[in-house]
Amino acid sequence: MDQLVQSFLPDPSQRQGTAPLGRLRFLTCGSVDDGKSTLIGRLLYDTRLILDDQLATLERESRRHGTTGADMDLALLVDGLEAERQQGITIDVAYRFMTTPRRSFMVADTPGHEQYTRNMATGASNADLAVMLVDARKGILTQTRRHAFIAGLMGIRHVVLAVNKIDLVEFSQERFDAIAAEFRACTEGLDFSTLQAIPISARHGDNVITPSINTPWYNGPSLLSYLENIVVEQETLARPFRMPVQWVNRPDLDFRGYSGTVASGRVQPGDHVVVQPSGAAAEIRKIVTMDGTLPSAGAGDSVTLVLDREIDASRGDVLAAADTPVRVADALSARLIWLHDTPLMAGREYLVKLGTRSVPGTVSRIRHRIDVNTREAEHAESLGLNDLGSVELHLQAPIAFEPYADSRELGGFILIDRLTNATVGVGMIEAELHRATSITWQELDVDRVARGRLNQQRPAVLWFTGLSGAGKSTIANLVERRLHALGRHTYVLDGDNLRHGLNRDLGFSEADRAENVRRASEVAALFADAGLIVIASLISPYRAERARARARLPEGEFIEVFVDASVDECRRRDPKGLYQKADAGLLRGFTGVDAPYEAPEAPELHLRTADASPEELAEHVVAELRGRGIFG
Amino acid sequence: MNALAPYPDALAVTLPSATAHLRQLEAESIHIIREVAAECRNPVFLYSIGKDSSVLLHLIRKAFYPSRPPFPLLHIDTGWKFREMIAFRDETVRRYGLDLIVHTNEEARAQGINPFDHGSFYTHAMKTEALKAALRHHAFDAAFGGARRDEEKSRAKERIFSFRTAAQQWEPKDQRPEFWHLYNGRVAPGESMRVFPLSNWTELDVWQYIQSEDIPIVPLYRAAPRPVVERDGNLIVVDDGRMRLHPGEVPEERMVRFRSLGCYPLTGAIESAARTLPEIVGEMLATRTSERGTRLIDKDEANSMEHKKREGYF
Repeated sequence: MDQLVQSFLPDPSQRQGTAPLGRLRFLTCGSVDDGKSTLIGRLLYDTRLILDDQLATLERESRRHGTTGADMDLALLVDGLEAERQQGITIDVAYRFMTTPRRSFMVADTPGHEQYTRNMATGASNADLAVMLVDARKGILTQTRRHAFIAGLMGIRHVVLAVNKIDLVEFSQERFDAIAAEFRACTEGLDFSTLQAIPISARHGDNVITPSINTPWYNGPSLLSYLENIVVEQETLARPFRMPVQWVNRPDLDFRGYSGTVASGRVQPGDHVVVQPSGAAAEIRKIVTMDGTLPSAGAGDSVTLVLDREIDASRGDVLAAADTPVRVADALSARLIWLHDTPLMAGREYLVKLGTRSVPGTVSRIRHRIDVNTREAEHAESLGLNDLGSVELHLQAPIAFEPYADSRELGGFILIDRLTNATVGVGMIEAELHRATSITWQELDVDRVARGRLNQQRPAVLWFTGLSGAGKSTIANLVERRLHALGRHTYVLDGDNLRHGLNRDLGFSEADRAENVRRASEVAALFADAGLIVIASLISPYRAERARARARLPEGEFIEVFVDASVDECRRRDPKGLYQKADAGLLRGFTGVDAPYEAPEAPELHLRTADASPEELAEHVVAELRGRGIFG
Repeated sequence: MNALAPYPDALAVTLPSATAHLRQLEAESIHIIREVAAECRNPVFLYSIGKDSSVLLHLIRKAFYPSRPPFPLLHIDTGWKFREMIAFRDETVRRYGLDLIVHTNEEARAQGINPFDHGSFYTHAMKTEALKAALRHHAFDAAFGGARRDEEKSRAKERIFSFRTAAQQWEPKDQRPEFWHLYNGRVAPGESMRVFPLSNWTELDVWQYIQSEDIPIVPLYRAAPRPVVERDGNLIVVDDGRMRLHPGEVPEERMVRFRSLGCYPLTGAIESAARTLPEIVGEMLATRTSERGTRLIDKDEANSMEHKKREGYF
């Protein structure tokens, strides 16, 4: 006995120099009566994590509810809720904790019933490894295949096949080898990077903690020893930097930080990042924590990042490495598991939560349902509870994402019912859809319906006024680009462009200028009626005309933006050579030269172009819209 | 050798390196705390003054630094907490400049409801009902608590975001599945979330974190000579003159400390000489009883926590 215990003890020389292993998160899955609860009870019991008072309770309850005769029923240690204890089954995901001298563990215990795909997927979503139990007498069952498939689907890369009740097949090596071989064959293509089969008896403890003398033909490690030593790679650290903004940290006017958990990669001061989906660029200045500023942060760290400039970023945006930004799309293909009794219907609107972003969206098409037992695709009009499907998803605004195969944090999403707030679906993004090629007739139909209820924004007219050459069109264009990237519905009415068509009959007399502004304001009001954010860019030199444009719109929808640049500065810039012509007398009635400009007295926004770049001013305008609740 | 040999004893007193997984736990808890601040309208921190609350408060301060926590603390004061707990609470609030709401079921107090005469009704009135009334009064839609999944069997299946109906009931079948680090905190008016950022921490993690972060805790966790009476196998510290002594009971001074804190007449102390954190952690590793074993209210029956939780007990 001493010898066997000795051989199990970790060799001190091996322990030195190895990096400490973080907590291992694994899930256990198996069919009913495979002995999962007994196995976990056995691990807890044998690692001395069951304390005296719990043991006393267990002995009492074993006599009352137990199924193991005179022995203690270790399964009762973990079958928690009264409801399931009475039914004798495990009905939800339970989390247990174990600590051995080598490692700490979190175990997600998930039930094996047909109807509980949802629970297994839940447990798998935060696990690095799956322990799959099979009954040595029964071998690989349909459920076993399903569990392996779901583990693979959820991105688990490490699997232990625990062939339980090996005592009930006379510790037969032949039986064990046959089961292991069948499992290997049926999990081919599931992308597991390690797979270890271990013959065990949860009830009697063989190969659970220590190697068993009953299986001399098995030379591998005991289950616990294997779990204590396995290295689950930190792939996320090697990937490019991404951090979804969780919360904008603004204690006072002097500090603005972006708080979040790093989803992948590393970041350090000086790194260039972009805010997605808007695309605004900045540099990391500081990594702030209560323990002081950090030289760098990596995947999994919760930090607050301070940037070198003020940009428009808020909860839901993703900060990403500037040289390898994430993808942005509003149409995606995904695998979806349905979690609710009310089935998924294509075309119904749900709230999609991915990272820290929530956007309304619809499943526009169910491509097919996937039978989790046979892995075959079948036609489906809807998905019911525990169904898995391949779907197309259309969102009301573009989101920053990564395929699930690359990132759990930016590729996994949930669907929330907007009426009941229930979490009804969980999805894994495969790829973006290219609308031009993927949209079929029917989907256009859906899109038209979706467009009707789509306006997650309040209409507004941003009325840019200022001298020719002040920068109205430049800033208007930047604002529209930024808004468009944020998924907002916009239209720019440019004074010069209108004169090519709608206003082509008008000159530059005072009356014609007034009519020019009147027509532009009518069009702006119509577009606002249609729900758009209109960006009107006209010199509009007269207060009276601007007041009329304002009066044409409901209170609060007209936002006058004074693009302020001195005549001298505009003359210096003179982007269209007009000042030169006016100064030379070739143009008559040119505002600022020989026609007056009545500056706004109380504009909603006053942009001083001498003090800031067009990009910064555009950010300012976007922030103002947000502040006014034009969009969230 | 037989296969039933338990884990070798020689190893049971050493520890795995804690830093890697404590850092991970800390980051995950901070993530959860920030999600609530970002998504819930009116959150509150149910501050119970104990070690788990001390850790949670520390994490909340970290989550928002350099900002102050953007929500208040709520303490349900039964009127029977240890005096040192109340002093510690007030000192903590002062030290960090926090907003504290203290709520007591004044009606029950006026009726003289007390732990000596009213047993489990006392707990129901002064804790469960008081908590529900305070949450309702302030219309909090999310309440942070320090509960952990390792504390008790019925908590092993608890969600991190635990949904409560408008009647503040917990329904096991009504809970939302939680994937990755995505939490759904959306509730209709009147409904609420109890949020447990320490769900995945163990008692050992809590102590190791307190040690490594040097987090202040109530002195009652450290051994000291205290006046004690032994009652039904529990060591009850006589904290003030309201303690009712049974005939023949005479308080005697013993070296004791607490693993878990609650109302003083209902919380058993353990005999211990552990004054420092390393001593406390060492004692914990060698212990053979569970943490809540010293809480008198949990012992009624096997499912007593489940029943209390359904009613709205934290």
